[in-house]
Amino acid sequence: MAEDRNFILRIIAPDRVFYEGKIDMVEFNTTEGEIGVLPGHIPLTVIISPGILNIHETDKEKQAALHAGFAEILPHQVTILAEIIEWPEEIDEKRAEAALQRAQERLNTRAPETDVLRAEASLKRALTRIEALK
Amino acid sequence: MASMRDIKRRKGSIQSTQQITKAMKLVSTVKLQHARAEAERSKTYFDCMYETVNNILSRVGDMDHKYLVKGNAIKKAVIVITSNRGLAGGYNSNIVKLVTRHEGWKKEELQIYAVGNKGRESLARSGYEISEDLSHIVEEPTFADAMQLSERLLELYAAGKIGEIYLAYTSFKNTVSHEPTMLRLLPVDHEHHASRGNGGNTLMNFEPNDEQALDMIIPKYVTSLIYGALKESIASENGARMQAMDNATSNAEEMISDLTLKYNRARQGSITQELTEIIAGAEAIS
Repeated sequence: MAEDRNFILRIIAPDRVFYEGKIDMVEFNTTEGEIGVLPGHIPLTVIISPGILNIHETDKEKQAALHAGFAEILPHQVTILAEIIEWPEEIDEKRAEAALQRAQERLNTRAPETDVLRAEASLKRALTRIEALK
Repeated sequence: MASMRDIKRRKGSIQSTQQITKAMKLVSTVKLQHARAEAERSKTYFDCMYETVNNILSRVGDMDHKYLVKGNAIKKAVIVITSNRGLAGGYNSNIVKLVTRHEGWKKEELQIYAVGNKGRESLARSGYEISEDLSHIVEEPTFADAMQLSERLLELYAAGKIGEIYLAYTSFKNTVSHEPTMLRLLPVDHEHHASRGNGGNTLMNFEPNDEQALDMIIPKYVTSLIYGALKESIASENGARMQAMDNATSNAEEMISDLTLKYNRARQGSITQELTEIIAGAEAIS
């Protein structure tokens, strides 16, 4: 079944439709680890954790930084509802690096008032952004 | 008949009111275009989220999840989205009526989370409990605002302080039609969802597991509904104001033409009267 070799991917952010198209494979990070989705996957809902999103189109590959949201996987369609997502060209490298340093400092000093979970989340976000730029 | 001077003064005042309403109409037309574009962009997310959650819920079958069953608390939290400014026709009062005239609701059971000064003022006046005033976010709602509000509400819900969460907003159909809507956010209408979902025969799998996944998805669902409702309400507000101001402008137009006619009549009347007096005077002399 040749027509089954690709499936529809829709990525929707609160303020725009981020991506929509027919693709061969998509890879991203979930709370349970990295997964790659091919056509014909069983129905599955996963929660996204920060990481690089890899979109394999038939002839090229696209990347984006995906920070939060969840994905609904069906055999012929994958819908990613992303709370925060950016293309690499939308990322401000200097800001991401500054955020990385800030988060590291906060985690290293461990002041009692530090919200460790929040600092960790922003550290992860900054790391994802920097990785997406490479 | 009113004197010429009175009519003239009246006409002048209506004309200046008309200028104001005309300007307000133009301003809200521009704002509406902006707000509508934004509402439409967020609508995709809103619709998709709704559809996806429907789909998921129709696939999980029966489940005893804390967000799917009604809480024990009597208190109901109602998020009331209105505007900070008036002169928008029935926009604000329709939402307030939706809350005050809701069947089976008692005043003391409700906790109002007011987004928008107008709704807060009139509900506070009629004795409702205002738990929080978030009117500042109406001007330019961000996703983060919606997230904070939903986090706070979900915490209260999880702690058993409130039993149900409702959302009163104005849904934006098109430029001329907006509908005040009351939506129940929590507990999620499970049965309603189940009957609407399509392809419910394949069972949905969850990672990590059902409960944890729903724990994480439902807050996102609530957030997106609040965010979408904020955006739609703003578009509706500007649409309602545009219509109201358009009506006001054309009413003023009508009044002005009416007064112009009256003024001309009064002027003609005074000329005729003067002439009659002169002729009568001349006749008396001769």
